[in-house]
Amino acid sequence: MEITVTINGTAHTADVEPRTLLVQFIRENVGLTGTNIGCDTSSCGACSIHLDGEAVKSCTVLAVQADGAAVTTIEGMAAADGTLHPMQAAFMENHGLQCGYCTPGMVMAATSLLAENPSPTEEEVRIGLEGNLCRCTGYHNIVKAVMACAES
Amino acid sequence: MIPAAFDYVRASSAEEAIALLGQHGDEAKLLAGGHSLVPLMKLRLAQPSVLVDIGRVNDLSYVRDAGDHIAIGALTRHMDVENSPVLAEHVPLLAHAASHVGDPQVRHRGTIGGSLAHADPASDLPATTLALGATYVAQGPNGTREIAAADFYQGYLTSALEADELLTEIRVPKMNGAGWSFQKFNRRAQDWAIVGVAAWRRGTESGVGLVNMGSVPVLAAAVSAAIASGADVADAAALAADDADPQADLNASVEYRQHLARVLTGRALSAASA
Ligand SMILES: Cc1cc2nc3c(=O)[nH]c(=O)nc-3n(C[C@H](O)[C@H](O)[C@H](O)COP(=O)(O)OP(=O)(O)OC[C@H]3O[C@@H](n4cnc5c(N)ncnc54)[C@H](O)[C@@H]3O)c2cc1C
Ligand code: FES
Ligand code: FES
Repeated sequence: MEITVTINGTAHTADVEPRTLLVQFIRENVGLTGTNIGCDTSSCGACSIHLDGEAVKSCTVLAVQADGAAVTTIEGMAAADGTLHPMQAAFMENHGLQCGYCTPGMVMAATSLLAENPSPTEEEVRIGLEGNLCRCTGYHNIVKAVMACAES
Repeated sequence: MIPAAFDYVRASSAEEAIALLGQHGDEAKLLAGGHSLVPLMKLRLAQPSVLVDIGRVNDLSYVRDAGDHIAIGALTRHMDVENSPVLAEHVPLLAHAASHVGDPQVRHRGTIGGSLAHADPASDLPATTLALGATYVAQGPNGTREIAAADFYQGYLTSALEADELLTEIRVPKMNGAGWSFQKFNRRAQDWAIVGVAAWRRGTESGVGLVNMGSVPVLAAAVSAAIASGADVADAAALAADDADPQADLNASVEYRQHLARVLTGRALSAASA
């Protein structure tokens, strides 16, 4: 089936099998490998992207469901001149990552969270990121980064 | 993990979806948010040969005040149920229960109709709408019919819907100021409940729905009967497992589930009675 998905502002048209997952489309058809696959069972959030502005787990969406939609991935967050998105900068400044595997998904989930709730409490940040697992940081500095970004 | 191959068709209206279901027979399945179906298909626990995508039937996404009840379109996403001002005012228990479904990413995709039609006793909204005395509206080739939540759940992942029927609307009576509480016990954030309780109370009237206490969502009728006859919360809550037939699994034995049901019902009713 032919689908068109606008990813980070560029329209991508491809003929895909209906069973193609959106994360596969992003990584394999379009070649944007910043979006990671962690669990592949909808649990870890590593594959989080924005679908029409909201965070979703792209391992649990079929590419055909995103036909006609606008997707933002981690590659679409920094400005064209390379200036990091404020959330990316906050993660860097607050040591919100160690191995970095969860980070693209964390940044996408966190920006979606702030879009819905621009000044969350620490508790709301922890609950808001419940769909994203991190095996390294213990979450503390991730929460700190999101709070710092919200305050800035 | 990739699902087995299937054909994909898109419906732009309820009528078109019903016609497509009729055309493709038992092999076809509806796809709403896909957050129960796609994981099952990836695990190859479900292998429909045709998916009828109703995710774009936008006129089935709404929350409306309909007088004595609130009408919710089946395609309304969990996030929109959670954030609905109409539900916050008239059925706050349901809005709050929706906020406990999975995580924000799941709630951005999953729909109330998909959650009910999936008929998973471990899910939050079947037991919650059961406690609230909701009625579901199903549309098929011969028109629409109403199904009481109490008659809808027939077995594990089995509902009263026919293969060519679509859930279109959920009608939930207004709570009219009743006290309420939703208690969800789990060990990891974002998980399904090991046991959950949705309860409301207005004087001697009450409704208590149990999550994950059997092969279907359970209405704790004995608890409400006790409240109606003037029992105090502790005595009523002691009856919480009487209508349930829970199973043991990795997380809990039968006895532990019964214990949780009584404790959580006690907490829920105390909060609802305050
Ligand atoms: C990581 C994760 C965590 C979750 N945690 C929870 C949780 O804590 N609590 C909870 O309650 N749920 C949880 N869920 C399930 C979630 O609520 C699903 O969104 C919901 O169960 C299914 O809704 P859907 O729109 O995605 O349905 P789909 O997956 O599209 O469909 C589910 C089933 O219903 C049928 N169907 C869908 N819509 C209709 C309709 N209108 N009429 C007739 N049949 C229809 C489909 O054919 C399919 O058989 C979780 C899901 C995930 C992935
Ligand atoms: S890879 Fe999608 S949630 Fe883990
Ligand atoms: S930084 Fe390693 S998983 Fe989060």
